[in-house]
Amino acid sequence: MSAPVTNSDKTAPITIQRGAPGEDPWKETYDVPWRPGMSVLDAIVWVRTHADSSVAFRYSCVNANACKECMVAVNGKTVYACTERLAEDGTEVGPITNKTLIRDLVTDIVPPKENLRTILAERAKD
Amino acid sequence: MIHLETDVLVVGAGGAGMYAAIAAARNGADVILADKSMISRGGATIMAQMTTAAALGDEEPDSWEKHLADTLEAGRGLCNEELSAILCREAIDRIREMDDWKVGWARKDGKITGVMAPGHSVPRCVYVDFLNTGPAVAKCLRTQVARAETVTRVSGLAINDVVVDDGVVTGAVGWNLEDETPVTIAANAVIIAAGGLTRLYQRNSASVNMNGDGYAMALRAGADLIDMEFPQFFPIGHLAPRLVGMDPIMWDPFRYKLGGRLFNAEGEEFLHRYGGEDAEKYTTTRDIISYGITKEHEAGRTTENGGVHLSFQHIPEDKLREAFGPVIDKLAANGIDLTKNTVEVAPIAHYHMGGIRVNGQMETSIPGLYGAGEVVGGANGANRLSGNAIPEAFVFGERAGRFAAAYARGRNQTWSDAAAQEHLDLLNSLISRQSDTAGDKAALGEMWFELQNLMWEKVGVLRTGEKLSAALARIREMRTTLAEMVPADDTEFNMTLQDWYDLRSALLTAESVTLAAINRTESRGAHQREDYEQMDPAQVHNQRLRLGEDGAVLSDYLPVEKGVAA
Repeated sequence: MSAPVTNSDKTAPITIQRGAPGEDPWKETYDVPWRPGMSVLDAIVWVRTHADSSVAFRYSCVNANACKECMVAVNGKTVYACTERLAEDGTEVGPITNKTLIRDLVTDIVPPKENLRTILAERAKD
Repeated sequence: MIHLETDVLVVGAGGAGMYAAIAAARNGADVILADKSMISRGGATIMAQMTTAAALGDEEPDSWEKHLADTLEAGRGLCNEELSAILCREAIDRIREMDDWKVGWARKDGKITGVMAPGHSVPRCVYVDFLNTGPAVAKCLRTQVARAETVTRVSGLAINDVVVDDGVVTGAVGWNLEDETPVTIAANAVIIAAGGLTRLYQRNSASVNMNGDGYAMALRAGADLIDMEFPQFFPIGHLAPRLVGMDPIMWDPFRYKLGGRLFNAEGEEFLHRYGGEDAEKYTTTRDIISYGITKEHEAGRTTENGGVHLSFQHIPEDKLREAFGPVIDKLAANGIDLTKNTVEVAPIAHYHMGGIRVNGQMETSIPGLYGAGEVVGGANGANRLSGNAIPEAFVFGERAGRFAAAYARGRNQTWSDAAAQEHLDLLNSLISRQSDTAGDKAALGEMWFELQNLMWEKVGVLRTGEKLSAALARIREMRTTLAEMVPADDTEFNMTLQDWYDLRSALLTAESVTLAAINRTESRGAHQREDYEQMDPAQVHNQRLRLGEDGAVLSDYLPVEKGVAA
């Protein structure tokens, strides 16, 4: 009893923008085993599990669209990675652009009042 | 390095952690509420689909004693009766309090309305919306916690270790994910509300951060765990066709409302073979359905994906729409038409009955260390009723916050850097070690993959002594391997450092589950042994697990705590 099986050994390319602030961003492409209906989140999780665990990415609820943490830009459009389907002929994923970049696909979506650096800066003012 | 001070530190900001923070604050404590993910976004609460059990008795006569009797029966003789009684009695207060906070419990004729769920004798499972109770509850608590002036909420703060000095809790050590800075927190009391262990299994239904942190943290601090052999498998987790943007547990509310029928791959209803009820009756408890589906799989009567069919085909479309309107459209977007197609379902790791051993005040055996929510063991014995997890988060969270505040308030801080040093040394060594970039970039990811498969195949729904022993040996090897592994050389949001600590927790927790499962040579509730198929009256006891001097997990037996304190 395992995840749905596939008889094909087809793969789909996913291109992920990498890098932290102050670095020139670069792109890396990974060939991910293709399963019908798979999400962009599935593909990123596959990359972290089998190709490069250092890809920075924020997610929690795993494909349920409950946590709302997995916002990324897919082909330039802001989407949730968990509800966006992976395209068979190639998908480009980058960080959303209206938030400060932290690294790779992770941006600063934490409310300022919950951010440790902001909390410490506020306390220093008091 | 960053150093913080507080009365009470709460580790984990799901339902239990948020309630604990609210309760500690209103009992006069300064609180830091930390989550390695984001406040109220991670954990299991936000994933809850629907049912929240409480004997309100608004619609028809009910009592917490009846709820308790149902809970104890489902627990197959292993419940800590004091904890079960607290859960059932105070669930009512917490549901009413959440109602005052305008969570929006569904009402009929002005009264909070409940549905019937398997194993309950009265329709007492309240809800906000059929598929949306978790997000509504999480949002309500998030608002309340934001209003509590003495609570500091910190997202992206991973707590690795509780600091114990001379047998007493003095705080904790962790790191700030955003910039990899080590963080020490002086706290008189630490409440572990870090949730369960579902991520240890390949097929699981909870957030990615449910990786056994709380159990491992408690063990390393010197506290006891109990009943670790009892992870719960939700029987009808979605398997195929592929669905996105939906929780795999979603078929539960469908069954509450519409019944539905289960068939094996040969088109036969099969639950009667295992002591359950077929047709449209959704009465059979989770342990029996999971067992039944897994036995059908072994007999070669499941689909090519390894599941069984759940069918609503006999229900007219207008009835489906009336019950689940917008969801029917979401399903259509996924290519599923319930009037024409069945869906395939199979067991999925969902919850953990076992956990940290606490008393009625949610205290562990270590002064200043508390547990709250799913991470606590004992209230649900060998099998949890549907609907008991969310009230457990609220009730145990509220109590942990209240009693921890009473303990911590006005107590002198006794923090010393020396007691935290071993934890800081480990963290600093992991941060300073350069990764071998020529090596396997996915070594930590692959270890997660191996562990999830190992637990699923060998420590899953159906167990044998042989498989369990093989798993235990491999888990111990993996613990040794992990100690030599290094995270990548990143500073911002270093996922591999998080993987390393997550795996450290996961492997210690996996060892506890596996050892306890080896020792229980019978089948009871969620623990099913193929080599010991019967329940053994001589094994009505709890297993206690502790961390030995050499780092191995040790176990012994305790009599079940019977009797309900006034």
